[in-house]
Amino acid sequence: MTVSNPQISRLLDQEYSAGFVTDIDADSVPPGLSEEVIRFISAKKQEPQFLLDWRLKAYRHWLSMPVPQWSSVHYPPIDYNAISYYSSPKSRGQAPASLEEVDPKLLDTYAKLGIPLAEQKQLAGVAVDAVFDSVSVATTFKDTLAEHGIIFCSFSEAVREHPDLVQQYLGSVVPPTDNFYASLNSAVFSDGSFVYVPKGVRCPMELSTYFRINAANTGQFERTLIIAEEGSYVSYLEGCTAPMRDENQLHAAVVELVALQDAQIRYSTVQNWYPGDSQGHGGIYNFVTKRGACRGDNAHISWTQVETGSAITWKYPSVILEGDNAVGEFYSVAMTNNYQQADTGTKMIHLGKNTRSTIISKGISARQGRNAYRGLVKVLKGAEGARNYTQCDSLLIGDRCGAHTFPYIEVKNPTARVEHEASTSRIGEEQLFYCQQRGLSAEDAVTLIVNGFCKQVFNELPMEFAVEAQKLLGINLEGVVG
Amino acid sequence: MNTLLRIKNLHVSVEGKAILHGIDLSINAGEVHAIMGPNGSGKSTFAQVLAGREQFEVLQGSIHYAGENLLTLSPEKRARAGIFLAFQYPVEIPGVSNVYLLKTALNAIRKQRGEAELDAMDFLERVKQHTAMMQMDEELLYRSVNAGFSGGEKKRNEILQLLMLEPRLAILDETDSGLDIDALQVVANGVNSLRDDTRAFLLVTHYQRLLDYIRPDFVHVLAAGRLVKSGGPELALELEQRGYSWLKEAAVAATP
Ligand SMILES: Nc1ncnc2c1ncn2[C@@H]1O[C@H](COP(=O)(O)OP(=O)(O)O)[C@@H](O)[C@H]1O
Ligand SMILES: [Mg+2]
Repeated sequence: MTVSNPQISRLLDQEYSAGFVTDIDADSVPPGLSEEVIRFISAKKQEPQFLLDWRLKAYRHWLSMPVPQWSSVHYPPIDYNAISYYSSPKSRGQAPASLEEVDPKLLDTYAKLGIPLAEQKQLAGVAVDAVFDSVSVATTFKDTLAEHGIIFCSFSEAVREHPDLVQQYLGSVVPPTDNFYASLNSAVFSDGSFVYVPKGVRCPMELSTYFRINAANTGQFERTLIIAEEGSYVSYLEGCTAPMRDENQLHAAVVELVALQDAQIRYSTVQNWYPGDSQGHGGIYNFVTKRGACRGDNAHISWTQVETGSAITWKYPSVILEGDNAVGEFYSVAMTNNYQQADTGTKMIHLGKNTRSTIISKGISARQGRNAYRGLVKVLKGAEGARNYTQCDSLLIGDRCGAHTFPYIEVKNPTARVEHEASTSRIGEEQLFYCQQRGLSAEDAVTLIVNGFCKQVFNELPMEFAVEAQKLLGINLEGVVG
Repeated sequence: MNTLLRIKNLHVSVEGKAILHGIDLSINAGEVHAIMGPNGSGKSTFAQVLAGREQFEVLQGSIHYAGENLLTLSPEKRARAGIFLAFQYPVEIPGVSNVYLLKTALNAIRKQRGEAELDAMDFLERVKQHTAMMQMDEELLYRSVNAGFSGGEKKRNEILQLLMLEPRLAILDETDSGLDIDALQVVANGVNSLRDDTRAFLLVTHYQRLLDYIRPDFVHVLAAGRLVKSGGPELALELEQRGYSWLKEAAVAATP
């Protein structure tokens, strides 16, 4: 069947509801990338010398790197000198000491996005760090967390207040020379979130960062670093949106996770960057490097992502399983509608004995959407008894979309067990008619079918966010079903 | 008599090909009608047109259901108004649990009737009761809709849905095909349990044997897109003896 079913087309045409622009004075550097710009950013943030040196080293390395060509996404060459690498809302200086100092327009922006920052209105049990363009504008529940010795703040603040921790861990999982976009990020990153959970502490609430791109022609290059000391636990969630614009905007983030012995980090993403219009104009290029290291026995890292936005999504949240019995998990829903492209997956690198990894990937493509799963499972020599289970499912809506899976498996230890399952199915007119004949609207039928498809992944999200993710998917489906 | 369905001069085509050439049929509440006919004569087309499948184009004629023009209603509105189709080939829906679809469907239909959603306990009790009646394994409730069901399980599942949704007009498209005698009896019991003077049934079947268990009030023969003969239950017996060819020839001769 085709997307000619008018009900399905209507569903697929849902508007992007986070596409407004906040009219606010911003402090921006003119477009262009040079050592001078990097020095400017570093100075603006009053960074210590080690960090400026680190940035410059990354930049010089980046200059020598070719643009990667190996993924299955297509986009015109990016002019890195046409991007502005720093934009900060003017009304706040270095960091607002309290919410009262935050520009009301910014608070309004987040309220409109459903993220109230005023403490009395906040989601109970969720602390939020709000990043607007290049800077963090507010972090909530800091004091409550501090009582447990947990540090949750903007990256800039961490650099000022906890430089030793930053210096110890920054780049220890994703080196500044790692890949083209990670190097670019290392050179110019502006802000992001920092989390430190001390030994034996179970973080009493969900931590979340909400990223918002507002300014035109800027890139967003945030950097997140999460350190879970021995025996600690933290669950972290990030959400993202951007205004609707005709130009493409670059978002090249780096996330590093470090879980020490017996520690667990759950990292969830609900990514709803502007996907571009139905003709494929505009949208965010979401080129992100995310990696976690299980740096101790029994350490556990799970990535859960729901990727509904962006013109192009290109990311492989990975886990390096160094300690014995370490566990790595990757649960992903990636949805592409219209001309969106996604090339996403994970890498599970087994070093320790009896390390285990699970990969559940659900790709949904509608209209002309392109979706690729690309995953690497690598078991090194010493990883006695390592196990991996991979399941990759693709759901097609309409007959012009595409799904591909590229599983790479490298096993160097004969005791390892690696299993891979894959399936592709299509929402058909028959399925829709069947549901409609049972009294469901076409819209509800599609949502039902898609949610059924994604259930395994949604189950991994904290409750509030699972609901949010379902809603987002429902919205993004409007106009996709065919 | 209370006319539930009134079809006049119905002409239907699919992909530009004319399939039904002027069907006239009235069904009153309380009645059971059987439609028999050779393969490809248009029985499933007829059933699906009643349920509102878009790919079948109504070229001419009218269908009124409970006094309302059915042709202007979407499939889901027809379903909510009490029309149920047990599919000849029920489709699989991976990932959607059978019981969840059932609950969503029931609530959509109850909402239309102005009834509150059933609470989880009442719902479960009812599902279990009907599952037992259909002699289905409860495990099938928690599997994905029709996924990996055997042919017989799919058909029983259709009747389970029928029992839960309590339609006013139930259309069964060859629900009996592929069932053994025991299963046939189970299906027939399910259908008979719903029979009352407010509901009507339209049974599409190839075989007389279903009609041994669900006794029809009327039997119609559909051949080459026309109802070429109507009668009482004895017509089914006659067809069993003589086949369709004597009727088919008449139909072909009548086709312009
Ligand atoms: N979707 C379709 N596209 C093209 N032809 C169809 C389609 N559905 C049914 N037909 C044709 O319509 C005729 C009647 O089919 P059908 O209603 O399924 O008959 P029956 O149920 O009596 O066996 C057949 O010739 C069949 O090939
Ligand atoms: Mg048929």
